[in-house]
Amino acid sequence: MSATEKMVGNTANFVDERLGAAKWVKKSLNKVFPDHWSFMFGEVCMYSFIILLLSGTFLTFWFDPSQKEVVYNGAYEPLQGLKMSAAYASTLNISFEVRGGLLMRQIHHWAANIFMAAIVAHLLRVFFTGAFRKPREFNWILGILLLTLGLVEGLLGYSLPDDLLSGTGLRITSAIIQAIPIVGTYAAFFLFGGEFPGTDFIPRIFTLHILIIPGIFLAVITIHVMLVWYQKHTQFPGVGRTENNVVGHPILPVYMAKAGGFFFVVFGVTAFISAVASINPIWLYGPYTPGQISAGSQPDWYMGWLDGLVRMAPPLETHAFGHTISWNILIPAVIVPGIIFTGMALYPFIESWITGDKREHHLLDRPRNVPNRTALGVMSITFVMISLINGGNDIIATNFDLSINQIMWFSRIGIFILPPLAFIITKRLCLSLQRADRELLLHGAESGRLLRLPHGEFVEVHTPISPEKAYLLQSHEQLVPLEIEDVDARGVRRPGALKNKLQRRLSKAHAVSVPKVTEQELKEIENH
Amino acid sequence: MKRLSRYRRHKAAGPLLLIIALLGIGTTFSVASATVTETENVFARSASIEEGKQIFLKGCSSCHGLNAEGASIAPSLVGVGAASVDFQVGTGRMPMADMSTQAMRKPRVYNEEETAALAAYVASLAPGPAIPGESELNYERDGNSAEGGELFRNNCAMCHNFAGQGGALSQGKYAPTLMGVEPKHIYEAMVTGPQSMPVFSDKTITPEEKLSVIKWIKAAEAEPNLGGATMGRIGPVSEGLLAWVLGLGLLIGIAVWLTTRAR
Amino acid sequence: MSNELTPIDDSVVPQHAPRATDINPASEKRAEQQVAILFGLSGVGSVLLIYSYIFVADNVFIFIPIMGNQNAQQLGIGIGMAMSLFFIGIAAIHWAKTLMPDKEIVNHRHEFRSSDEDREELVKTVKEGVAGVQLGRRKLIKRSLGAAVGLFALPPVLLLRDLGPLPGKKLEMTNWKAGTRLLTDPGNRPILASDLEVGSVVQVLPAVADMEHRPLSDIAKDPVLLIRLRPEEFQLDPERLAMTHEGIIAFSKICSHMGCAVALYEQTTKHLLCPCHQSTFDVTRAAKVIFGPAARPLPQLDITVDAEGYLVARAPFNESVGPSYWERNSQ
Repeated sequence: MSATEKMVGNTANFVDERLGAAKWVKKSLNKVFPDHWSFMFGEVCMYSFIILLLSGTFLTFWFDPSQKEVVYNGAYEPLQGLKMSAAYASTLNISFEVRGGLLMRQIHHWAANIFMAAIVAHLLRVFFTGAFRKPREFNWILGILLLTLGLVEGLLGYSLPDDLLSGTGLRITSAIIQAIPIVGTYAAFFLFGGEFPGTDFIPRIFTLHILIIPGIFLAVITIHVMLVWYQKHTQFPGVGRTENNVVGHPILPVYMAKAGGFFFVVFGVTAFISAVASINPIWLYGPYTPGQISAGSQPDWYMGWLDGLVRMAPPLETHAFGHTISWNILIPAVIVPGIIFTGMALYPFIESWITGDKREHHLLDRPRNVPNRTALGVMSITFVMISLINGGNDIIATNFDLSINQIMWFSRIGIFILPPLAFIITKRLCLSLQRADRELLLHGAESGRLLRLPHGEFVEVHTPISPEKAYLLQSHEQLVPLEIEDVDARGVRRPGALKNKLQRRLSKAHAVSVPKVTEQELKEIENH
Repeated sequence: MKRLSRYRRHKAAGPLLLIIALLGIGTTFSVASATVTETENVFARSASIEEGKQIFLKGCSSCHGLNAEGASIAPSLVGVGAASVDFQVGTGRMPMADMSTQAMRKPRVYNEEETAALAAYVASLAPGPAIPGESELNYERDGNSAEGGELFRNNCAMCHNFAGQGGALSQGKYAPTLMGVEPKHIYEAMVTGPQSMPVFSDKTITPEEKLSVIKWIKAAEAEPNLGGATMGRIGPVSEGLLAWVLGLGLLIGIAVWLTTRAR
Repeated sequence: MSNELTPIDDSVVPQHAPRATDINPASEKRAEQQVAILFGLSGVGSVLLIYSYIFVADNVFIFIPIMGNQNAQQLGIGIGMAMSLFFIGIAAIHWAKTLMPDKEIVNHRHEFRSSDEDREELVKTVKEGVAGVQLGRRKLIKRSLGAAVGLFALPPVLLLRDLGPLPGKKLEMTNWKAGTRLLTDPGNRPILASDLEVGSVVQVLPAVADMEHRPLSDIAKDPVLLIRLRPEEFQLDPERLAMTHEGIIAFSKICSHMGCAVALYEQTTKHLLCPCHQSTFDVTRAAKVIFGPAARPLPQLDITVDAEGYLVARAPFNESVGPSYWERNSQ
């Protein structure tokens, strides 16, 4: 036995005599995680979170979360002698007087942006492949919770430096809170410690941003990842892959090396972008004062879609009995996002109600094989894209010589017309792809070589596809609409007739798809 | 030809063709739409009011009227002062290229002498803001960039953006970028309030304060991008785009490489 | 057990063709060298970081194509950090891809549903445990428990009461009162009517006791925009016209939508544009909303001149400035 083996053995013995974990460790090291590039979005999220924790901790060593007024006396000349909050001044200090400080600030902010982008990409991957189905509905809900928390955490984070741009964002946040009927002004006054902006807000959001929300994040991410560990990851269909197994490389050594390596890659890419691309140049924005504003003020992109919705809202307010209700704020900033996020969280249950499918699913869907769900996803993406575009309408107008009024009208009308259009087009595209798969399976791939037959006809030579591909093209299930009878076996009318009718209608729409290639058709082709 | 056509079903053929097509269309467009530079008039004569009147009658009166009294398509120039003319003609905005939403900055048509002559003529019609002299424009000495920044954010940033990069107004109008503008023209614009820009009279923003603003603008222009390349100093919109395209794009690329089998 | 290693049945999961590094020793050696080089590049990055941090001054700028002048220390630390992290990752991944075992294994899934016996045992345990509590029988305990828990929930909420003052009438009040002078911002200078030319705009703040230290909460409500037009350009009813002075009109600068500073004044169209959500107000018609999500016009300040000719407010605002709220009487 070598010296290393002896040392490792002694350590393992020490631990085992106290914890008795040999069986569990062996089981864990042989755990399998299937390989697909789209499965790595979740990893990007997790690694970005760790990067945020590390870079954020660095920043807290110099950041002063106080709105106390100070006179700037630091290295950046164009702000010399100006009055500003200690929070802003300390951020300038980090940027210009702490070596690596500006880099760390940028790593923190870029990592946040990449974190949110990866969450959205991960959400879309899980959605389009149906990985949210039983038994993973709860994990999906946790994911939506993480998305929401991320939005809030990002908003609070970029508001900490108390610069002109983020202060404007806080003004808008306070207006949204204030607009809530009955309790709005009380909530706003309690949050801000008085009228906007007050002097208590930065210290309070600091506590939320570095302690409470990261704590919730850690707990929820842990449960989220443990569920994946326990329930095992889903996998794409393929030869040898069934609903009852997982095929892939074991954790030790391959997955550990790849996943661990990927952490360094994510960190490295984030650091690279932070070294070459500027983000949040607060020294150019200036300290926040409510009397100033910049043209082209937007929140970070993950809040930008909300800004777009607020911009396109119709100017509706109710003035009655000495009270005001601002529908122009409540609808785009509270009601619509509330519906969207609730709908997202409940979607696994909505879909299983529509399809009547109560089985466990561990094999993923290819998006084309579930046209309705895929179309719904693309429709949602279209909705968010239009909101995002409207959120940046003044930037777009300035840089592309357009009119903000025209972009606004495009968005106001487009937000109603374009998503359904996207739905229809996507559904048709999916069916088209299904047909193409069918052709591939029955006739093979087009090789581009033309053959002239003796009697003069031109045909294209088709090459047969590999058995793995053929297996994949047959691996999906034929979608079947629900059969719900209006009357039961004894002729008694079922209760909830309207609900049943809706369920039947939706189920039928959901099941629209190209029929699978049957055994008989394959045999016929073989004999052809 | 046969050798090339062998690759027509290569998986990179599609993307490559797309890139070639895009490059081709782009270059063709930019070559074809390159504007022909205006030929400069070469009249080396001293400025005079009569001189200016002649140039005015030839190049400006068709829109602004024979006596600069204005018409439906162009405002009256009586009382706008030499500063307005120096600004509009000096930045190339006038003569206006087309009657679109607003006059845009472009290479000047009239040289220095001609501009001075035009300014003298318009100034002779009625009293108005004068062109600031060299001694009045010593912003390095007389201005304070920190104060200028505060003034800028109070009065200018809402149209021209926090870094003077320009911004959108309604109905397709815009506040142009302040980068690369002569200090004299910045001063004149503040005093005369061209097109949509309001007038910032000397009593509300004093001449010293105006110089501070100019000093700040020039400092911002000269300042290198301290954190790395910006995408035009326009804020979170460009940053979000970069995070998706560069950040996620790079990571997806590496993820694809990571999960592909080595051969 | 669920995670046992199963040798792949070759007829079920096809094993991959061997990689070049599996069969060709030269290829294997090359892959090793590549991994080593990648680790080496990481080391270069770390050295670059250390060097830049210690030896490069923070005021040195170097020119990079496309990016322009860049701070050398920042760039050195950043690129160094990026390289040192990135190449460790690439090296590990390349190592795993080319040299580590390529064999895929199978884990079996078990059904999550517990066995019927386990379920029954659980139900029995819970029933016995709950029976031990006997809450149904012990009504006195049940009621007093309910009361205690109910009361207990109140203090945590109450302890947060001092987070902030009650709104009261604070949102309705600004520092503008009858006779308050309009002062330039910045500078705090009083303004004569003749100081403003037609087409000019200026931001003003009210004269208060301590003008050096205006609280930000005041600046969130006090700013007013003074705009001078030609008197004939107004399309106001007599009541509003009386609130102007010789073509000078004053509006709250705080947007009635969500409180941003409405400051873009378009001289040609006489429109005020708020850059946040593009609400557009027509100055000639008392800041009536003509585009965008704002639902109310900007409050107008009644102005006149005092004995010395300086512009003053004749009265406070007749409505709350800024965004709407439930208690706002907007009729």
